[in-house]
Amino acid sequence: MSAVSITEPTSRAKWVAGSLVCLYAAITLLPLLWIFATGFKSPADAISYPPKVFFDPTVEGYVNLFTTRTRLSPEALAELPPPANLAEEIVRKYDMVIAGPSRFGERFLNSVIIGFGSTFLSTFLGVLAAYAFSRFKVPLKDDLLFFILSTRMMPPIAVAIPIFLMYRTLGLSDTHLGMILLYTAVNISLAVWLLKGFIDEIPREYEEAALIDGYTRFQAFRKVVLPQAATGIASTAIFCLIFAWNEYAFAVLLTSGVAQTAPPFIPTIIGVGGQDWPAVAAGATLFLLPVMVFTVALRKHLLRGITFGAVRK
Amino acid sequence: MAEIVVRDLRKEFDEFVAVKGSSFTIRDGEFFMLLGPSGCGKTTTLRMIAGLELPTSGEIYIDGEEVGRKPASQRDIAFVFQMFALYPHMNVRKNIAYPLVSQGWPRARVAEKVAEVARILGIEGILDRPVGGLSGGDRQRVALGRAIVRSPKAFMMDEPLGALDAEFREHMAEELRALHDRMGATTVYVTHDQLEAMQMGDKIVVMNHGVVEQFGAPQDVYDKPATMFVADFIGSPSMNFLRVRGAFAAGARQVSLRHHAVAVPEQREAFEGDLAFGVRPEHIGLTDAGGLRARVVAAEYLGTTQIVTLETELGPLKARAPSDQPMRVGETVGLEFDASRVTLFDAGSGRALRSALNEGALHG
Repeated sequence: MSAVSITEPTSRAKWVAGSLVCLYAAITLLPLLWIFATGFKSPADAISYPPKVFFDPTVEGYVNLFTTRTRLSPEALAELPPPANLAEEIVRKYDMVIAGPSRFGERFLNSVIIGFGSTFLSTFLGVLAAYAFSRFKVPLKDDLLFFILSTRMMPPIAVAIPIFLMYRTLGLSDTHLGMILLYTAVNISLAVWLLKGFIDEIPREYEEAALIDGYTRFQAFRKVVLPQAATGIASTAIFCLIFAWNEYAFAVLLTSGVAQTAPPFIPTIIGVGGQDWPAVAAGATLFLLPVMVFTVALRKHLLRGITFGAVRK
Repeated sequence: MAEIVVRDLRKEFDEFVAVKGSSFTIRDGEFFMLLGPSGCGKTTTLRMIAGLELPTSGEIYIDGEEVGRKPASQRDIAFVFQMFALYPHMNVRKNIAYPLVSQGWPRARVAEKVAEVARILGIEGILDRPVGGLSGGDRQRVALGRAIVRSPKAFMMDEPLGALDAEFREHMAEELRALHDRMGATTVYVTHDQLEAMQMGDKIVVMNHGVVEQFGAPQDVYDKPATMFVADFIGSPSMNFLRVRGAFAAGARQVSLRHHAVAVPEQREAFEGDLAFGVRPEHIGLTDAGGLRARVVAAEYLGTTQIVTLETELGPLKARAPSDQPMRVGETVGLEFDASRVTLFDAGSGRALRSALNEGALHG
């Protein structure tokens, strides 16, 4: 900003700043809008050139995302009763009938189980470890903390092959438990370090007051430390969830049938019956939702969490 | 309500010895001050009595029961922290009620008790406020409320006035003392402020480098210091020390400062070596009759008295004189010491020599 002032900025400066923020928001949000809109386009509209800004919305993409379809001969189609619902009606236009549900719902559920499961586990273990590191005399504390941090010093995918072999031997390949453990292992270092910072900031006197007031160490932890670490726990959970939710490489490598998550599944839609961009966009839109809801729900904490260390005395 | 006995208490943090074998007794209902400079081990001692720190060795008795290894929650004491340590996620009412909730009191009785405590402390009006927005004084009152609500055996206070403004501090000190007198509960109070200790305490323990230097009533500690450290730490300005070589037998009634014989309280032990002649500023008279002469270097006007800085052949001195006594910088005056109030110290060890003045008051 050019208009730097230690007092209240001028109205013109505010106006300029506001416009810049809006412009920036528009630029960053445009791709999201594009994906959202494409999800409601027909395949023809989706690939038309120049791109269509105004179009007839249809839920075709969503129908295709959630179903598998078979093509029938015109004679066979003619013999069928009239379409029972909107989805059936849309599919008939392409001389097809719905054969059954697609695997998207299942994959999406896997993402929810694995994403939230590993987020819970990393945050839970993280807060216990962080509390111990922050408050107790742990032998070799600095070395242990460094060891935990060192797990982040190399991209996890560098150990993909050993993990692949280990998982196959242990029978963890393509299981929910396996993926939860893997994402927890990756996230735990972040969780411990982040939470230790937050817990270090909580004065010990609060717990000591609780101990004096007749509570056990664990009660003091649960009733006094945890509520005050809420900000840290919320932001840690969001960071963990974002990683676990978006993770692609390990999901491709280690899951195929049972525990496949949404990220490796969504691209496979492209290969089924031509390039069905609306269905891909519909999948991407739905995929965005949980993290968005989670983040919005915790946004107050997140904001405080991000600015936390920055405003320290 | 309880008597607290501390015996040979010792605390080591790795290499550092914070408390080196303290022993003292706090009588039932006493307002007991742990006084000393920062790092002297007074807070560590308090935390060991409270159960927030495990002693390396030694014993702590509360009400006759040895509690050195017991968790804080089972000692039935209350603690007031310097930074208040009010639970920030609870309002005033919940903060005060919290110790009762842990004991499983029924709701109605908790509410009744909290109301009573709020009335004693005059904080009925802020019970439903969050603790975040309270003034320092109100926070302190809430912290006190949380301490007294349970009627514990004893109160531990760690510099509870340290975080308050100077102006408000005095007021709060009076309030605290009045509260103590009303409740009559044994109170252990840590401070580094000697005035606060003198003003509020029934008894004072003076600590330095993890060692108890002296323990006694404020007047005894002031008038009959057991060591040079105590004499120096308590009183403002502190005690003057004139260093001379001396030799006398038990029963001596005077010592010589260079070639001036000065009367002292009857000595109870023989001594030979480096001596520190200790005299408080208010026990020095400035008269022309005095044998030892000094030059006036400065005079600080304090209203009712003035502090006169003097230069003698034995070193600098500070004297407290009435403010109406005319004092000119550069002039030479005679010094007269109040013979009954002088303490002689072994300058090597810092220990006070036994005399008619301090007999019986010295500790350890």
